[in-house]
Amino acid sequence: MSDILALAPRFGSNSGQSLTRRDGVAKVTGTATFAADNHPDGLLYAVYVPATIARGTVTHLDVAAAKAHPGVVEVITPENRPPLAGDPDSKPFMFAFRFEALQNNTVRYANQPIALVLAETFEAATEGARLLNPLYDAQQPRMGLDGDAPFTPESGGLGLPGTTVHGDIDAGHAASAQDIDVTYETPEQYHNAMETHAVVAQWNGDHVTLDIPSQAIVMQRGAFGYYFGIPPENVTIRSPYLGGGFGSKAIINGPQILAILAARMTGRPVKLMLSRDQMFGPSGHRGATRQRLRIGIDTDHRMTVLDHNSLATTSTFDTFVESAANASQGLYAAGALRSAHQGVRIDAGTPGPVRAPGEAPGSAALECAMDEMAYKAGIDPLEFRLKNYAETEPGTGKPYSSKALRDCYAQGAARFGWAGRPLAPRQMTDENGMLVGWGMGTALFAAPMFAAQARAVLRPDGTGLVETAASDMGQGAWTALAQIAADSLGLPMDRIEFRSGTSDLPDAGIAGGSAHTATAGGALHAAGTDAIRRLAELATGDPDSPLYGAGNAGVIARDGRLHARDDDTRSESFADIITRAGGAEVEGKGSASRTAEASAAHAMYSHGAVFAEVKVDPDLFQIRVTRLVGAFAAGRIINPKLTESQLMGGMIWGISFALHEEARFDQRTGRIMNADLAGYHIPVNADVSGLEVITVHEDDPHVNPLGIKGVGEIGITGTVGAIGNAIWHATGTRVRHFPIRIPDLLTGA
Amino acid sequence: MSYTISLTVNGDRRDVTFEDARVTLLDLLRERLALPGTKKGCDRGQCGACTVLVDGRRINSCLTLAVTLDGADVTTIEGLARGDVLHPVQASFVEHDGFQCGYCTPGQIMSAVGLIAEGDVGTDPERIREGMSGNLCRCAAYHGITEAVLDAARRMTDDKTRKSA
Ligand code: FES
Ligand code: FES
Repeated sequence: MSDILALAPRFGSNSGQSLTRRDGVAKVTGTATFAADNHPDGLLYAVYVPATIARGTVTHLDVAAAKAHPGVVEVITPENRPPLAGDPDSKPFMFAFRFEALQNNTVRYANQPIALVLAETFEAATEGARLLNPLYDAQQPRMGLDGDAPFTPESGGLGLPGTTVHGDIDAGHAASAQDIDVTYETPEQYHNAMETHAVVAQWNGDHVTLDIPSQAIVMQRGAFGYYFGIPPENVTIRSPYLGGGFGSKAIINGPQILAILAARMTGRPVKLMLSRDQMFGPSGHRGATRQRLRIGIDTDHRMTVLDHNSLATTSTFDTFVESAANASQGLYAAGALRSAHQGVRIDAGTPGPVRAPGEAPGSAALECAMDEMAYKAGIDPLEFRLKNYAETEPGTGKPYSSKALRDCYAQGAARFGWAGRPLAPRQMTDENGMLVGWGMGTALFAAPMFAAQARAVLRPDGTGLVETAASDMGQGAWTALAQIAADSLGLPMDRIEFRSGTSDLPDAGIAGGSAHTATAGGALHAAGTDAIRRLAELATGDPDSPLYGAGNAGVIARDGRLHARDDDTRSESFADIITRAGGAEVEGKGSASRTAEASAAHAMYSHGAVFAEVKVDPDLFQIRVTRLVGAFAAGRIINPKLTESQLMGGMIWGISFALHEEARFDQRTGRIMNADLAGYHIPVNADVSGLEVITVHEDDPHVNPLGIKGVGEIGITGTVGAIGNAIWHATGTRVRHFPIRIPDLLTGA
Repeated sequence: MSYTISLTVNGDRRDVTFEDARVTLLDLLRERLALPGTKKGCDRGQCGACTVLVDGRRINSCLTLAVTLDGADVTTIEGLARGDVLHPVQASFVEHDGFQCGYCTPGQIMSAVGLIAEGDVGTDPERIREGMSGNLCRCAAYHGITEAVLDAARRMTDDKTRKSA
């Protein structure tokens, strides 16, 4: 189908343009193929049976009843499950989490798989799963933040420090003229991408093809190979589109492994798509946290100490402790700084990275505590933050690679109209008598890089081909990465072909950590530059070229031609150069990662400031976010339109965190009581109005050659605190847990 | 036991036989009629990803048993464009970036087409937000979705006025 919004030819810079998504037409016509849309011949449907207890063993499954159901082909239980080459309870590589693939009868949390039913139709598989009627030997589950004795983990999140201390904490406390000591709680949250986890697996001998949404295509190719005992090149992953990921689709889970195993066992292609309630179990979540923050300030309102301790839930069989306290590293210039984590093992699935892991709950608590401290000190919360503005990274003293946070504060505050905000709460009402409150929060997210490779080819017809196995989960990789690649080759967008989303391409690294554009984009840029360098060698070394003798450094690529840098009349098209050189394609290779020296030299973060207005009904205590202004500085912006969408999406996740999301566990059974989209609330369209994003100009010469930071996660940070603070400002009630709901304000009234 | 129904899908009259009374319209489209554009987000009527038009009205296809649709006229996302020409709502979603991952998008678009046809919301953004609130978007592309529906509603009203003038 032709693209009705055909791209205007752009010469020079494709980056920086608000191009519409290159996959847009496919997505609005229903032709974009997501994993479960595939339907190979001979397909079997798999449905997994979820445990309905949280701790114990399965003692009986009525396999005969399930098998007797018309259409049911096979039932897999621990009794007949074929062996795996890799142990699901091992941790053979980074990002490997222990999972349940019917290795035994043990149940370690509700909703883990305890059997898999295969049938000719989805309906028969679903009914077969129901007929298994499991019996259990159940034990009392350990639930909640007080479910067991806390322990001190070696690390927070995935390999972050478990405890970080800068300066003398006791001296910091002793030096304070005023202080606060507050505790905030955040609940378990589940990713709930709209596309549930899905896989279509087809074996051909000892080669398997997987249609599966993946946030780390090449890495997962190796991981699947490991579990099935085949070399990585025998695994083909096709993941052109992900229906959202948010961290959950970078990690392999048990149901996926079982479906692939079932395909090998039956010799037929197998499709498995998790039901919505099954998304609350084997594919990770954000653990609950209880965070204690102690802040001390001197008489000049400068922080003498910022002491952030976090307790988070993890599972009984693996360790991922939400690194919430680390949100206090890197932001405010406190004299002494501590971030310390503890974990508690409960009978739930293992938590994992969820959009803004650590930072989302950590920032929520920190930004509310900052607001409490400012109010106690009697100064404006924005002024308090400016008083404690860090010119170098607190604790380490490292210079920032760039930090336009002052501009974020200024531009956000101006757009919002922050000036003149009364310090005291419950001072403002609107024309309908609603209580009005204003709050703010600082947004911060690290700007890491992973490692990626790419390949760029210039063809004899003057067009380009660029390749890297990137993941587009909605952030816009198909578009933004192509913009970078086109620039690197000096070609307009309509003259490059961009191949991505499959495992036979160079490794694009992980789509996570807000690092994908910087990492995969960096590799594409390097590959394109390498191809142009080789092309320039051909031209400048060829006596028949008008560029002969211009020297490698003396030519630039623009609109499909090489030009002499000092004489624009000397130029030649890519096609002519390649054709005269014999017509062989010119290939460039590139990679990107950050060196240890670069990491040591600078502290690298995206920054932002979020301002929120809420209105609260004085009688019914309904809460509405009526305005939300976010100003963010994230280095070079490749596509402003997509960036704005991503930042807004993050800010709405902030609304969700502040007011909606919470998985509620039944403390007696360990089951989640709201494991569906009716009970697990996320914002709907009517919850979102008055949203504004400002992207603040920022040049960063250090973060990477393209000057790109990331925008995928930062929108949540700052926003949650801003909303919590606005609710306090409207009502005078300080709620110290999330989500904040009507009953919290009723009891506070 | 097998069931045969005759229905119109995207303008084509089709006789469909299936063996199971439990088949929903959503699974009929996706798994039996090779029309996977319509998406499954919850299978419980809670997310709107599966929205299609049946006899011009927007419905959740996951909550509709296929056997009940003998004689029905079904429009899915695959049937909206006229050849290469996108429906105004589709074009508007691309232009206003009314999606990120695109998974909820077929449902959002079919819902918007139905909403505009219902004629109750006009071009009032607040009412559009309300009318689109049965369609969840986890990427939270709501700002773009509202802008897209608003713009398409305006364009379609203008077109109608021009035609009737
Ligand atoms: S799939 Fe039908 S409403 Fe969610
Ligand atoms: S665009 Fe991803 S769920 Fe709506």
